[in-house]
Parts: sequence; structure tokens; C-alpha cells
Amino acid sequence: MASQLLQAAVLGVLTGGVYALMASGLTLIFGVMRIINVGQGALVILGAYLSFVLFNTWHIDPFLGLLVTMPAMFLIGVVLELVFIRPLKTDRESLSVLVTYALALGIEGVLGFVFTANYRELSVWYDTASVPLFGFRITLVYVFGFALCLAILGALFLVLYRTTFGAAIRATMLNRTAAQLIGIDVEGVSAVAFGIGMATAAAGGAVFGITTAFNPNSHYDLISRLLTVIVLGGLGSLRGAVVAALIMLVTQDVASVIIAPEWSAFVFFVILVAVLLVRPEGLYGVRVRERI
Amino acid sequence: MNAARRFAPRVALLLVAIVAILLPVLEPNPASINVAVFTMMYVGLASAWNIMGGYTGYISLGHAGFFGLGAYTLGLGVAHLGIGPGYGPFALVPLAGLLTGLFALPIGWIALRTRAATFVIVTIAVMFMLQLAAMNLIGLTGGTGGLSLPVPRWSGDFYNTPFYYAMLILASLTIAVSWWIRRSKFGLGLLAIRDDEDKAMAVGVPTRQFKLAAFVISAALVGMIGGVYAYYVTYVYPEFVIDPLTGISMVLMAFLGGLGTLTGPVLGALLVEPAQLSLAYNFGASRLYLVFYSGVFLVVILLLPRGIVPSVRDLTIGWWTRGGPGRAAGPSPGPSTPAPGNVVAP
Repeated sequence: MASQLLQAAVLGVLTGGVYALMASGLTLIFGVMRIINVGQGALVILGAYLSFVLFNTWHIDPFLGLLVTMPAMFLIGVVLELVFIRPLKTDRESLSVLVTYALALGIEGVLGFVFTANYRELSVWYDTASVPLFGFRITLVYVFGFALCLAILGALFLVLYRTTFGAAIRATMLNRTAAQLIGIDVEGVSAVAFGIGMATAAAGGAVFGITTAFNPNSHYDLISRLLTVIVLGGLGSLRGAVVAALIMLVTQDVASVIIAPEWSAFVFFVILVAVLLVRPEGLYGVRVRERI
Repeated sequence: MNAARRFAPRVALLLVAIVAILLPVLEPNPASINVAVFTMMYVGLASAWNIMGGYTGYISLGHAGFFGLGAYTLGLGVAHLGIGPGYGPFALVPLAGLLTGLFALPIGWIALRTRAATFVIVTIAVMFMLQLAAMNLIGLTGGTGGLSLPVPRWSGDFYNTPFYYAMLILASLTIAVSWWIRRSKFGLGLLAIRDDEDKAMAVGVPTRQFKLAAFVISAALVGMIGGVYAYYVTYVYPEFVIDPLTGISMVLMAFLGGLGTLTGPVLGALLVEPAQLSLAYNFGASRLYLVFYSGVFLVVILLLPRGIVPSVRDLTIGWWTRGGPGRAAGPSPGPSTPAPGNVVAP
């Protein structure tokens, strides 16, 4: 039991890294633009399908393929922002939820048309190979995925905290109007932030596609988890998203050992409810008087 | 002129009511009545959603969860009370509303601790939580295997008709409730919450209680409709009765017609649902209908963010103020629709 629990905890940390990556894009978009991208789940699935196509057609390794899919998804993100998000002038917060929901449905529909509803999986060699760790074996893909997430999240933090452009992003997150007043191109920052969000979705999608069988429908389950993660972490807080993802996934994996695997996803929502009762603004969130 | 303005909406309402009641006689084709059942279902759902989402501005994307609660209440009620096929199961519809309302009370209490964006997320999470519970509580709900309800022994031509009237009654009830709320002090409080919650609180609107009441009323109405749906399709599967698409459909319809108006959600449902049914029927397997659906949604929000009813009303009011003498002498009392145009945020 003890070793099972330890194994679950280690696996939770490793998969938590992947969720942290996917959720970081979501929370960054919220922080910069004050919109919730309900389409993030569908974009992760799109990323998984892109990796799948590269792998099956040209035998490009999903991790290597990120060199193609991440910039591609970045561009898609910039275009989506320009076409669908920027025109929303009034009531952005609620309208953007609906727009991104509609985008998710559109992506689901196109993917369903192209790839049918059959489940796909990226079967790479490191999906079956494993390494020994603390007396049990961990599948390599989790280790690789975790390393990738550390690298990308690290790069993201470096950009945010060590570059002028990162400062512009953080300024926009703090106060959009003030940032505009001191000459920051907030519209441009928003487009880039949306693009970064998509790029993290592409990276998350590649790992997700290797570890999990997916079909065009899979985004519902994914987005409900990602949204729960960013609410727990506090909307707009990158650090919060990372911590919350680790907490959620470790708790979930441990719960699946203690209680039952089919109830493990329920833990996500129980934690959410508990957090809302105690701290509605989330772990690292700030209590703001928002106007609706 | 004024007499015409006062009576025209009433005459129109009467005509709509007559057509709605006589529809199964005018168009007895079972396939058409099937479309009518689902359209009337969404008239009710969109109007019920509008009580929360339109009046208070709190967008819930999780109302499909309440739809499912109502469906399960009916399914389990019929099974455990041993009610046979026929008109008996319809008697459980109020119970479905009551139980859904009871469930919505704690859910709303927790969800309404948050505002705006977080509220949307919490409603989505609650919906998936209910779906997961329905899948996992196998002893109660039958899990993914679902529940089946008794099939009424009505003849094929007549089969859909009782369900049509059940949906019509529930839709009318919902519209009546929505109309009553819109005219009451309670409704005024809800609109104040939508426009500026802090100010509303400052002038003494009991915002917490009002929001929760609107949430529970809206959920209970959706639950009753879910109950009739369960009996109509005679089975209850977690993925079908708690379908995120049901939740987003009612939102789309309310938005298309006009958020926070009385007639908007009705119009939205009448336009979208028949189109959706025919697309799902023709392209169902390829899921291309989702692309169409998302396209309509995007066009509506980007080009008509206020919806059809408020936009059209502005146009007609423009004509009247330019051409008619009535307005200079003071605004005439509103016609039968309670002029919600002035409350829609520009």
C-alpha cells in the first residue's frame, strides 16, 4: 500500500506537470485579456491530432514535432485572437466564454469530420519503455513529458520576468488601462499572449496524446479539469496554476489508490468546492470587486 | 395608433397560442410533431435559462446538469413507484422540478460565492460532477448502462402528441414565470444586479437571496423539462441527459433572440432548434453540424451581440418616434410585452 501510494504520488507529480503546462496557457490568457478560453481543451486535442498526423505520416517524433506544431499553433492563436476575440468590445468576459466555446465546438466538428470519432493514440517507443524509480517502474513518457513541461514553463517564466516584453505582459495583467497609458501596445500583447496559450496547448497536446487515447470529444473532460485547476490556483496566477495542477493530480492519483479509480476525477471537483467555500478567489488569487 | 399598439401584441399572442395548441391537428405528421416536441422543449429551456443568465447576467453553462437531474428523478421515480406506461409518469414532472430545485439550492449557494468568470467555470465543473456521479453511482442510476422507462402503448400517429402538449405546457409555464419575474420588484432587483451588483447591494437589493432564488427557479423549470424529455426518449443515459451541448444550446438561443428579453429566447429556440435537428439528421454521423452550429454562434455574437429582439425593437421604436405623435405626449404604458429593451446593455 505504502509503495503504491508513493508511486501514485510520483505519477501525480509527473502528470501534474503536463496539466500545469496546459493550464498555464489558460491562466496567462485570462490574466492578460480577462477572458476564459473554454476552447483550450479543444486546442490541446487539436495539438494532439497535429502531432498524430506528423507522427503517422512522416514518422516525426511528437517531441521533435513540437518544433513545427508549437509555432503553427502560436500563429493559429494570433489569428483567432484577431478575428474572434478582439472585435468583442462590450461585456468581453461573458461573451468571450461563448465565443471560445463556439470555437471548441467548431474544432470538435472539424476533427470529427476529418478523423472520425475513433479513439487515437500516439504509440511511440517510450510509451511502453520504463525506468526503475524508488523500487517501482515509471513509464518513460511521463519523465520526458515532465522534463518538457519544466523546460517550457521555465522558458515562460524567464520571458515573463527577465525580458522587457515579459514586463509588458505583466503590466497588462496588472492594469490594462494603465499599461495602455504608459505606451504598451496591449492589443499586441493580448494577441501574443493568446498565441503563447495555444503553443502551450500544442505542447500539452503532444504529451496528452501519448499518455491518453483521445477522440474529438475528449476536450470536454480536459477543459473541465483545466478550468478547475486555474480556479483553484487563482485566475490569472501562473504560479497558482502550477501549484494547483500538482495538488490536483497528486490528490487524484492518491485517491484512485485509496478509494477507486472511477471516483478519482470526482476529487477534482470536491477540492474545487472546498476551495470555493474557504477562499473563493483561489490559492494565489486576489479578491477583486469585479464588475459583471 | 395607440389602440393598434396596445392590441396588436395581444392579437399576435392569441394567434401564436392558437397555432401552438392546434399544431398537432394542422400538421399531424409524427415526424413534424417530433420536431415540434424538441423545439418546444428548447423554448422552455432557453426561457428558463434566461431567468438566471439573462436577468441577472450570471452566465451558467451547466444547466444541462439540472436537465439531467430532472430526467433521473423521473426515471427513478417511475421505476421505484412502479408507475406503468401511460399518462401516469407525467404526474411526476412537478416532483422532478421540486427535487432539481432542492439540488440547485446548495449548488447555487456555493457557485454564487463567485462572480462573472469564476461563476461560469463553477457551473461547468458542477455539470461534469453531476455527470460523473450519474456514471459512478451504478446502484442508483445504472451507471453508463442507463435507465429505461416504460414505453407508452400509444399508436404511432398519436405517440408524440401528449409529449408535445406536455412540453407546450411547461414552456408556457416558464414564459409566464419569466413574465411575472420581469414585472415584479424581484425582477427589477435581478436587473439591477446585472447592471451593477455593488450598487444594487448598496441601494438595498438583497443580492444573495435574489440571485439564489433566480438560480433555483431557473434550475427547477429546466428539471421539469428534463423529466418530460426522459419519458419521451424512454431512456436516461448520463452522456445524453447531461450533455454540454444541451447546456450551450439554450445559451445560444437566448443570446440569438435577445438576452434578458421575454420573447428573445422563444424566438431563438424557434429559429435554431429546427435547423439543428435537420442538420443533425442530415450530417449527424460526420459531426459537421457542430461546425455549422459554431458558425451560427460566432456570427451571432460578433455581429448581433445584443440579439434579434433588442435590435429590431430599436428599429421600430425609431420609426414610431419619428412618425407617431404618441411619444411626445409622454410614453404610453407598455404593450403586453413589458418593453425590456431599455434594460439591455448597449
